[in-house]
Amino acid sequence: MVTETKTNTFIDEIYDIPGGESIRLCIQCGTCTASCPNADRMEHTPSQLIAMARADMREEVLSSNAMWYCLSCYMCTVRCPRGIKFTDLMHALEYLSIQAGLVHAKTLTPTMYRLFNHYCSMGNLSELWFMTRFYLQTNPLRAWRMIPVALNMLKRGRLSIRSRKLTRAGSNQLQVILDKAESLGGAK
Amino acid sequence: MKYYTYFPGCSCSSEGGAKAYNWSMQAVSKVLDFELVELEDWNCCGSTPSGSVDELGAFCLAGRDLAVAEKRGLDMVTPCSACYVIFNRTNSYLKQYPKLKAKVDEALTAGDLKYHGTVKVRHMLDIITTDVGYDAIKSKVKKNLSGLKVAPYYGCQIVRPGFGFDHPESPQSLDKLISSLGAEPTPFPLKTRCCGGSLIISEEALALELTQKLLESASSNGAECLVTVCPLCQTNLDAYQSRVNRKFKTNYRLPVLFFSQLMGIAFGIDGKTLGLNTNIVSPNAVLDRIYNPISYTTTHQIVS
Repeated sequence: MVTETKTNTFIDEIYDIPGGESIRLCIQCGTCTASCPNADRMEHTPSQLIAMARADMREEVLSSNAMWYCLSCYMCTVRCPRGIKFTDLMHALEYLSIQAGLVHAKTLTPTMYRLFNHYCSMGNLSELWFMTRFYLQTNPLRAWRMIPVALNMLKRGRLSIRSRKLTRAGSNQLQVILDKAESLGGAK
Repeated sequence: MKYYTYFPGCSCSSEGGAKAYNWSMQAVSKVLDFELVELEDWNCCGSTPSGSVDELGAFCLAGRDLAVAEKRGLDMVTPCSACYVIFNRTNSYLKQYPKLKAKVDEALTAGDLKYHGTVKVRHMLDIITTDVGYDAIKSKVKKNLSGLKVAPYYGCQIVRPGFGFDHPESPQSLDKLISSLGAEPTPFPLKTRCCGGSLIISEEALALELTQKLLESASSNGAECLVTVCPLCQTNLDAYQSRVNRKFKTNYRLPVLFFSQLMGIAFGIDGKTLGLNTNIVSPNAVLDRIYNPISYTTTHQIVS
């Protein structure tokens, strides 16, 4: 009698995330890579990422810069002959990368996403404060270089110093929902 | 009069960078006889980044808005392509993944809300071209836009991954809308290619390259201006156009209008109501012959 020991591989981990299950359908045709506007910037192309995930290269995949270059343009998703929701898969890899504390050191996108989510969770994204905080936090010199763009936008009334606020009741309700969600521990 | 639940999203809210999209949409809705009733006390949909940071939290952000909207029983319409994808994706994921739905339900219940999954979420361009229709639009045109060459820029998320509105790579609705306003849609091979999205903030060099390709494609096909359907695309193409020119030593001066602004212009609505003064690349030179047809014709004839 053969005893099966269930080992939880990286592909199982991805499979468990909503949108991740389609990873098993990949035939390595490369259509995703050919359709991606940023594939040439990625350490590993989209189709390579899938091959690596299947080879259980968890750390290499999650510490890669590849998914952080995903623009969410969904071109790979609509062209995939196997119906893999590749953009969603990229988001799932980003999520796992943050969870595992393996985010690529050189890309600023994870920091930007975290700040973005911080503002969204309060109910409203204030463009001015979000961008100012991001530039100051990551590269104050760039904040300096962005001043002409920002001034132009301010002059044309496109950046508001005041940010939109939910009512107290609405804001409390949102907080209760998000606190509850946090206690439920992830989407899977 | 037809009513819709209106979800402006952060960018198109009164404090957002694309308030002109909101203003012009409201002005156009009055001409076309439908009403946009803003969702009360809405929160940010979470956009694309939230799901990568806190997956369940992101579904709950969108879930709260959908639950509040459901009480009204109307279609929910948004002018923002990112909000459009997020809400539709939330709807389809809640249907497809029962375990996820159970968790979202539990979180919403903590806030005394319940979502049954019945809100139909649509993009503003879909409302204009499907519900209102090209003939009704044509009948409201007051200004002569003939000869105005407009590049129709759809961007990504209005057509992809695809929630039943137009073709994912070769859409036509915006082209037809431009024609029905009397203007001329230019060929625009890159009309559904990405503008760089939010990576303009974290990876500016890379995003500017994508933006440059779009501006080059529009300009080399003879466009005098672009129209967009998304607040982020508009910002990248308009506010960052000077950065593109600096980086690539180019000299683009292409105004980037929201499609509702172009509609408003054709309907004879004044520029201030449409927020044309909020555009970074001024559309005044391009629009001069529409707003001042007589002086234009005279000078034009003298020149030719």
